[in-house]
Amino acid sequence: MIQLTNIHKTYYTGAPLHVLKGIDLTIEKGEFVSIMGASGSGKSTLLNILGMLDTYDKGTYLLDGRLITEMNETKAARLRNQYIGFVFQSFNLINFKTALENVALPLYYRGIGRKERNRTALEYLDKLDLRDWANHMPNELSGGQKQRIAIARALIAKPHVVLADEPTGALDSVTSQEVINILRSINAEGLTVIVVTHAAEISAQTDKIIHLKDGMISEIISNK
Amino acid sequence: MKNIWYEIFLAMRTNKLRTILTGFSVAWGIFILIVLLASGNGLKNGVQKNFDYMAKNTVSIYAGTTSMPYNGLQSGRRLSFSPQDVDFFKHHFPNIIDYSPVYRSWNTNISFGKESVNTVIFGVEPGYKTLRTTKIKQGRFINEIDIAEQRKVIILHPNFVQTLFRDVEVTGQYVLVNDVPFQVAGVYEESSIFRTPPAYIPFNTAQAVFNSSKFIDEIAFNVTGVETKEESDKYRKELTRILSSRMQFSPEDQHAIWFNDRISSYRETQQIFSVISIFVWIIGIATLMAGIVGISNIMVITVKERTHEFGIRKALGATPASILKAVVLESLVITLMFGYIGMTLGVFITETASALMAKKPTGNSHEDMTVFVNPTVDINIVLGAMTVLVIAGIIAGYIPAKRAVSIKPIEALSFK
Repeated sequence: MIQLTNIHKTYYTGAPLHVLKGIDLTIEKGEFVSIMGASGSGKSTLLNILGMLDTYDKGTYLLDGRLITEMNETKAARLRNQYIGFVFQSFNLINFKTALENVALPLYYRGIGRKERNRTALEYLDKLDLRDWANHMPNELSGGQKQRIAIARALIAKPHVVLADEPTGALDSVTSQEVINILRSINAEGLTVIVVTHAAEISAQTDKIIHLKDGMISEIISNK
Repeated sequence: MKNIWYEIFLAMRTNKLRTILTGFSVAWGIFILIVLLASGNGLKNGVQKNFDYMAKNTVSIYAGTTSMPYNGLQSGRRLSFSPQDVDFFKHHFPNIIDYSPVYRSWNTNISFGKESVNTVIFGVEPGYKTLRTTKIKQGRFINEIDIAEQRKVIILHPNFVQTLFRDVEVTGQYVLVNDVPFQVAGVYEESSIFRTPPAYIPFNTAQAVFNSSKFIDEIAFNVTGVETKEESDKYRKELTRILSSRMQFSPEDQHAIWFNDRISSYRETQQIFSVISIFVWIIGIATLMAGIVGISNIMVITVKERTHEFGIRKALGATPASILKAVVLESLVITLMFGYIGMTLGVFITETASALMAKKPTGNSHEDMTVFVNPTVDINIVLGAMTVLVIAGIIAGYIPAKRAVSIKPIEALSFK
């Protein structure tokens, strides 16, 4: 599903910062992978490159056999919509839209009508036990509920890969466990799930742990 | 398409204050522009109307004082027209239609019973009626028989009728003009802010009763074929030639005779008004620009505030074009909607003012001397201003939105 060869990334804000120094990584379809590392190790940058939110300087990135390289933002947006579902640490819900509208948003950008969008969104909310909260605004919801909304939103467009950047970073341990369980069940349905985390108890529940250190993969531990 | 309208509506509703502030600057800009231009037009129309008291090609000449020696005569000689001059000019001025000598008696007291007014009376001949656009409301104007019989009759203006007579029937009554009884023959109407309305009496009666010297200072007449500036200048030269040879002053002397013809004064006023028009336009355009700056400012802030949201949308698959479209459409909807409100209000106010002025009763009060007539704006100018504003609104939305969508999604997402 994902194949990275010798990926380099340098930031040029102020002094050049060589964040990724040659990443070689293959993630198969249906894997449940966590990326671990200290802050500054480049794990978020790697995830952003995987999600086409950021570009890389050198190397090749194949997503589902397709070379992801310098492309215009329109094309990248379409690919993101089609392939990738995002789950963020800070949820990134749009605060003036209801839970339902937030979940339905990816379908809006796929050009699906409002009725069908809302019907599907309600289905996904139901799946995540949030049906009763469909018409609530994000600020009326708890952190765990927000993250479940965000997961529903990530899933609604039927992506191939779910990318989660510290999905439990803003949650307590009980809700964190709930979120991990949800990600686990998504993976069980056949989706590739990649989680960036610095918490060992989270990564311990994934099938494969990739350790990053100073922009390089230091070790890959299979956890099955 | 329905989807995008819903998105725009939601964004506008979410930021009510911002929407209203942007809208206000737009509505205000167009409103002020309309009111300003309408006021300018109203003033122009009003002054134009005040010119109507003079028939189109009326010329008046006034005797002055010579400022140059001529043919052995000293400068500083005071000129006036003798009865023989008056008769001579009547037959020697070219292109004359109507002709009347004018004798003015300033500070004349007209009384009826216990009431009295102080005004100017004009001794004129019947031809004077067409020299001014004088309308007779009651009775008649001075006629040939009045002149022939040297009758003591007087034509009053409604202003005095009101003061002197209240509700009494006017024509046929006798008033005292400086203690000499005159019979009221008619009431005339004429509106002008430029002069106090006079009372008219027959010219030779005036000469006999009030002017023992028989010399007068003013002659007024109507001419044909003097319509343009060139013709007016040429005619003036011709008159000067006739007058200077008859009255013995230098044709170069600018102070011996004063001319007043409607064409020249009309042109002068027109020039003043074109200057006023330019000022009004400058102010109007500046107001409109303030509106445009208002939209631009607020759109810049809006887009900045929404950068993070745009990042989220991009992560979910929003193309730059879709975001750009939403922002530009939002800006467009705001300018159109509030521009329309401002336009409607502006047009409503100016049309109402115009209608109220048109409805006002005329003829019996000082308010009739209006400086403000039909204060409205050409709808094409309004629509033009709207178009400018709408285009500005689109640009104001487009430029910051273009910048916002061109940054990488990850930067937009981390934008706070």
